[in-house]
Amino acid sequence: MKLLKTLGIAATGLMLLAAPALAAEGQKDAKNISFSFEGPFGHFDRAQLQRGYKVYKEVCSNCHSMQYVSFRNLADHGGPEFTEEEVKALAATFTVQDGPNEDGDMFDRPALPSDRFPSPFANEQAARVANGGALPPDLSLITKYRPGWFGTFNQLINGIGGAQYVYSVLTGFEEPTGELAAEAPEGKHYNPYFANGHWIGMAPPLSDGQVEFDDGAPNTVDAMSRDVAAFLAWTAEPKMEERKRLGFQVLIYLGILSLLLYLVKKKIWAGAH
Amino acid sequence: MSGPSNYKPTTAFGKWMHARLPIMELVQGQALDFPTPKNLNYWWTFGGILAVMLVVQIVTGIVLVMHYTPQASLAFASVEHIMRDVNSGWLLRYLHANGASMFFIAVYIHIFRGMYYGSYKAPREVLWMIGVLIYLIMMATAFMGYVLPWGQMSFWGAKVITNLFSAIPFFGESITTWLWGGFAVDNPTLNRFFSLHYLLPFVLAAVVGLHIWALHVPGNNNPTGVEVKSGQDTLPFHPYYTMKDAFAIVVFLIFFAAWVFFSPNYLGHAINYQEANPLVTPSHIVPEWYYLPFYAILRAIPDKLGGVIAMFGSILILFVLPWLDTSRVKSGSYRPLFKGFFWIFVIVCIALGYLGSKPPEGAYVVWSRILTAYYFIHFIVILPLVGLLESPKPLPSSISDAVLAKKKPAVVPAE
Repeated sequence: MKLLKTLGIAATGLMLLAAPALAAEGQKDAKNISFSFEGPFGHFDRAQLQRGYKVYKEVCSNCHSMQYVSFRNLADHGGPEFTEEEVKALAATFTVQDGPNEDGDMFDRPALPSDRFPSPFANEQAARVANGGALPPDLSLITKYRPGWFGTFNQLINGIGGAQYVYSVLTGFEEPTGELAAEAPEGKHYNPYFANGHWIGMAPPLSDGQVEFDDGAPNTVDAMSRDVAAFLAWTAEPKMEERKRLGFQVLIYLGILSLLLYLVKKKIWAGAH
Repeated sequence: MSGPSNYKPTTAFGKWMHARLPIMELVQGQALDFPTPKNLNYWWTFGGILAVMLVVQIVTGIVLVMHYTPQASLAFASVEHIMRDVNSGWLLRYLHANGASMFFIAVYIHIFRGMYYGSYKAPREVLWMIGVLIYLIMMATAFMGYVLPWGQMSFWGAKVITNLFSAIPFFGESITTWLWGGFAVDNPTLNRFFSLHYLLPFVLAAVVGLHIWALHVPGNNNPTGVEVKSGQDTLPFHPYYTMKDAFAIVVFLIFFAAWVFFSPNYLGHAINYQEANPLVTPSHIVPEWYYLPFYAILRAIPDKLGGVIAMFGSILILFVLPWLDTSRVKSGSYRPLFKGFFWIFVIVCIALGYLGSKPPEGAYVVWSRILTAYYFIHFIVILPLVGLLESPKPLPSSISDAVLAKKKPAVVPAE
C-alpha cells in the first residue's frame, strides 16, 4: 500500500510538471525578463513607473484607453508616486468632455486629478475605423489577462508573465520572410508573441530615442518597453505593495498565534489519555 | 439532540432564563460538554475549518455587495472599483475569491476523510446525505458567484453550463430560456444569479445546522471506526477539541493567507480580467478547478444528454454510498484491500481534474473515458465486492484500548 501511495503521489507530481502549454494558437512564450516587482518581496521601481507613464502618455495613449485608472492614482502610495502638483499638471495635458452646462451644452475642459484617463476614441466603431478594423484594447488590466506563458506548474512558480507579454510584444516585431510574407494580411504586422494569432494590427509603436526621459535613463526600444510593461503591471494591480506588506504582517501574526495555540493544545491534552 | 447535559442554572437570571429558553443548556450540552471520541486525528478538524470558511465567505460577501453593481454593463467596472477605490476592497475580493477555493479544498478533504474512515455507514447515513446536499448547494453557489464579475470566463462559463440543460429531451430549450431569462446569457441572467448567490449561502448555513444536528445524535465517528462504548472513550468537546480545532483553523488560515496575499489570481482564470464580450469566444472555456473532475466526466461521454446524466450521476451516486459499501467495518485502517482502492480512487479523481483542464482531443478523451468508467466502477462494482471478499484486520475492543495500544506499543500490554 505504501508503494502504491508513493507511486500515486509521484504520478500526480509528474502530471503537473509535464502539463503541456495551453498556448492559444501557438503564441510564443514571452521573453522571461525579470522585473523589480516579482516575488513576495518585490516592489515597483518608482522611477521606472514614472518613465513608463511617460511612454504610455506619449505613445500608447494615442490609441489605447486606460479607463479604470484615475489621474489621482498616479500620486498613490505604491505607484509612480508623482507629487500632487505633478499630477495636476499631468492631468491638465489631457482634455475631457464635461457637462451639460447651464445652457445644456457639453464642453471640453482640461482633466482634473479626480478624472479617469479619457479614451482616445469616442466609441469602439471610431477606434476600429481609425485602426484598420482592429480595436486597440484597454490597457488598465492587460498584464492581468494576457499570460506570457502557460502551464499549471509554470504559472504557479513564475506567475502568468503579463508584464513580460507586453514587453515581448513591443520588442517582438519581425519582418516576415518567405511563405509568411506571402500570407501577410493587409495592414497587419508579424509578431510571434501576440496572443491572437501572429498577425497584429498595431505597427511597431516604439523606436529608439522616441521618448526623452527626464532622469536621462536609456531610451532604447528595449528600455522603454520594460518601463511601460512595469507601468502597466502597476495599473493592473495598483495595491500590490500594500498587499504584500499586509501579507507579511498577517503571516507573522498567524504564525505566532498558531504556535501559542499549539502549546496550549499540547498542555491541555497532556493529561487526556 | 442527544448527549448528556449537567447544566444546572446557578444564578437567578440563569434560572429565570432556563425556565423560558434553555439555550445555555443547549450550548453546554452540545458545544462544551459534548462527549467526543478521544482519538480524533487532524483530518477531523476540517469540519470546524469549513464552518469558519462559510462565515468568512458570508461576511466578505455581504460587504462586497455593498459596493458591487449587478448590472451587465456596470458589473465588471464595479469589481474594478472595489479593487481600486474601496478601502481594503482588494482584500475583501481576494479573500472572497480565494476563500471559495479554500472552501472546496477543505470540503474535498472532509469528504475523502469520510470515505476513508467509513463515516457514511450506519448510524450516520443521514449525516452523510445531508453532507452531499451541502456539497451540491456549494457547487451551485460557487458557480453563480463566478458569473458575477462578468468577465470573459464568467460569461462563457455561464453559457456552457446553462446550455447543458438544453440536453433534456422535449423541454430542454425552454428550460434554458427560462434559466437565462431571455434568449441568451445577458443582464437578466446576471440579476437572477446575483439574487440566488446571495440567497444560497444562508440556505447552506441552515443545512449545515441540520448536518451538525445529524452529527450530534449518533456522535462522531473516529479513526478506529469502533463506536463509543463508555465514558472512557470520550473527552468533552471543550476544551480538548475547541483547542485542537482552533490550532488547525489557524494553520489553515496561514495557507489561505499565502494565496490571498502572494498569489491571489493563480486559482482563477487570467481571461476573467477581460470584460464579458458575447462576440468573442475564448479559445479554452474551462470551469474553476473544483469542477474539473466533473467537467472531464461531462465531456468523456460522446452524447450530450449522456454526458449531463453522467456528470450529475457522479455526484448523486454519493447519496447511495452508504448502501453500496457492503463492509461492516468502518475504518479503512482495518481494511487492507479497501485502503488500496481508496487511494486509487483519490488518484483517479485528481487525474480527472487534470483531464478536465485539457482540451477534449486525442489521448485526453481516451483517458477521460477510461477514468470516468473507473469512477463509476469504484462505486458500483468495487465497493460492494471488496466488502464481501476482504478479511479485515482485527478491530480494537474499544477506542480507549486503541489509544493505549498506540501510546505504549508492544512492550506493555494494554490495561
